[in-house]
Amino acid sequence: MTPMIKKVGIAAVTALGLSASSAMAAGGGGHIEDVDFSFEGPFGKFDPIQLQRGLKVYTEVCSACHGLQYVPIRTLSDEGGPQLPEDQVRAYAGRFEVFDADIDDFRPATPTDHFPKSSLDNAPDLSLMAKKRAGFSGPYGTGMNQLFKGMGGPEYIYSLLTAYEEPPECAPEDFPGSYNKVFGAGGYPDSCKDENGKHTTEGSWIAMAQPLYGDDVEFDDGHAADLHNVSKDVSAFLMWTAEPKMMQRKNAGLTGVIFLTLLSVLLYLTNKRIWAPIKGKKTS
Amino acid sequence: MGGIPHDHYEPKTNAEKWLDSRLPIVGLLYGTIMIPTPKNLNWMWIWGIVLTFCLALQIVTGIVLVMHYTPHVDLAFASIEHIMRNVNGGHFIRYLHMNGASLFFVAVYAHIFRGLYYGSYKAPREITWIIGMLIYLMMMGTAFMGYVLPWGQMSFWGATVITGLFGAIPFIGEPIQTWLLGGPAVDNATLNRFFSLHYLLPFIIAALVAVHIWAFHTTGNNNPTGVEVRRTSKAEAEKDTVPFWPYFVIKDLFALAVILAVFFAIVGFMPNYLGHPDNYVEANALSTPAHIVPEWYFLPFYAILRAFTGDVWVVMFASWITGGIIDAKFFGVLAMFGAIAVMALAPWLDTSSVRSGRYRPMFKWWFALLVLDFFVLMWAGAMPAEGIYGVISLVASAYWFLYFLIILPLLGVIEKPLPQPETIEEDFKAHYGKAETPAE
Repeated sequence: MTPMIKKVGIAAVTALGLSASSAMAAGGGGHIEDVDFSFEGPFGKFDPIQLQRGLKVYTEVCSACHGLQYVPIRTLSDEGGPQLPEDQVRAYAGRFEVFDADIDDFRPATPTDHFPKSSLDNAPDLSLMAKKRAGFSGPYGTGMNQLFKGMGGPEYIYSLLTAYEEPPECAPEDFPGSYNKVFGAGGYPDSCKDENGKHTTEGSWIAMAQPLYGDDVEFDDGHAADLHNVSKDVSAFLMWTAEPKMMQRKNAGLTGVIFLTLLSVLLYLTNKRIWAPIKGKKTS
Repeated sequence: MGGIPHDHYEPKTNAEKWLDSRLPIVGLLYGTIMIPTPKNLNWMWIWGIVLTFCLALQIVTGIVLVMHYTPHVDLAFASIEHIMRNVNGGHFIRYLHMNGASLFFVAVYAHIFRGLYYGSYKAPREITWIIGMLIYLMMMGTAFMGYVLPWGQMSFWGATVITGLFGAIPFIGEPIQTWLLGGPAVDNATLNRFFSLHYLLPFIIAALVAVHIWAFHTTGNNNPTGVEVRRTSKAEAEKDTVPFWPYFVIKDLFALAVILAVFFAIVGFMPNYLGHPDNYVEANALSTPAHIVPEWYFLPFYAILRAFTGDVWVVMFASWITGGIIDAKFFGVLAMFGAIAVMALAPWLDTSSVRSGRYRPMFKWWFALLVLDFFVLMWAGAMPAEGIYGVISLVASAYWFLYFLIILPLLGVIEKPLPQPETIEEDFKAHYGKAETPAE
């Protein structure tokens, strides 16, 4: 989206033709909305306030079934994350119960514990969801949308959350699950397949009932809580849970690029200078 | 080292003489770093340094990662997340290692195609070429096993598919597969042996790299003209060459710095672009991913593997003539390894007396087509194995073999090469005008 990411894209042009693999993942499914997230592009940053709102959505809605087993609760106060004050993190941790092998019993969680695992067997853990669903980007499996528009997992999550629809008429009334036009890997009734067994609609039936309708939570900062906003905020939050060190990574990358560019210039001048007598040019 | 006449290290002080008579290591280093190098080398000769750097980068980052990684099916995936979240700088080191593999393969492919174009494989550099091919094979083995270690979905299913290839070998295939896996299926034993070998092979590669360098320091570098350095006297050799230090060290370091700037941009801003997102899903033996796709650097050979299906006439013929021993699956495996084998045999398949593609008007076009073919195969390897992609893979695979087995031998006979310069000096002067003698 930003000119900078285009620059990076051009720099990565070798990679471009080679990287079709990354785009082949999720398979099927409908159109993914390109959402503008604050953390896109080399200079993009997580918005801590948005992450806090997303955390609220996660806590009040998602966490009923889903877990974040790889995320330590203490990281909620980390730089480059939701940056909750430490006393709030301690209070927040207390709302979860974790099993402690030492006392062989459940106890309230402390910040050093991880978020609990999913409580439902078929509810996937969300820690890495934003990274493992980053592979839809087309067109034609080239990953161009990922490269130039910065599309990835959060866009997928946003699109999925906002893509619940009335099921197509071909489906039997009692077909299990909810119809979602972005989800391609779910159940599909035979009555909706054509004579070759191909799906006639983009979506499929997902086990998760529509989780968000808008106004599911009330944000402390008075931010609008319609479906678009809650979905966007929770998607941003899940990007953070998948890639908590994104800010540090971009900083380190940028520092590396700056220093290496400087080094390149110095080496270029050195090279020019030492070769000048060999090439029969004046050294100035 | 080397047949090109040049200065040798002379120990001057008593201490130097003392050391030199016991261990002539300074002389060895001096000879290596001061080797006379053709002065007309172009920018395609920088990849050797990039590759050496990659090997060092992978070993150093890898050793750090091992300090925090747990090779166990129940813990491996979580230990990677531990590295990504809790280890200081762990996320960056892991992304360096992950993308370092890609840089390594970008460089090795550029290096190989450089060699193929300028005839670097031809006499007297066959050993250098063969060692290089061995390094390339070991790199592929190392990269493949390394990809299994995070124990994601692609790790698991990639390991299942690739070890399954060995199962396709008639009669002895299944025992070999079991032996590779350490059991009937990909499991903890597989993860552990892959971990062990992933740590071991880079050091064998490092040793082979030393032999690779030793070999071409003996024959001298090839160069864009393919004309040999004059070696009748030191004075003559110095007209064609400059010492490696400082001329090429600085040039190569400049190129390396530019490449690393791009590399850091990728690691910093889009580290997962080249990887497969399914590998952020923990391995699950009960759920097969929709498309099992190897890393990009394997795709050309993966396309060749899949291209030869049972309805291709060569496959049917091979099956008929061997009484069914060679089936489509085994044929595909043979084709994949054969594609690398024919490349390794290039020194003996190329009959042309002219080394550099620069003076071979017909070869140039066939070579350009080979490069294009390589990218087509790479793209086809990423596509699902159905419909038009199968046909494209087959045509592209056929050209790969055609190039090495028919076109290379034939061109040497029918092609009329262009006149080559008499000496490297002549070529160099044609580019840079009248050169003065360097101050030294």
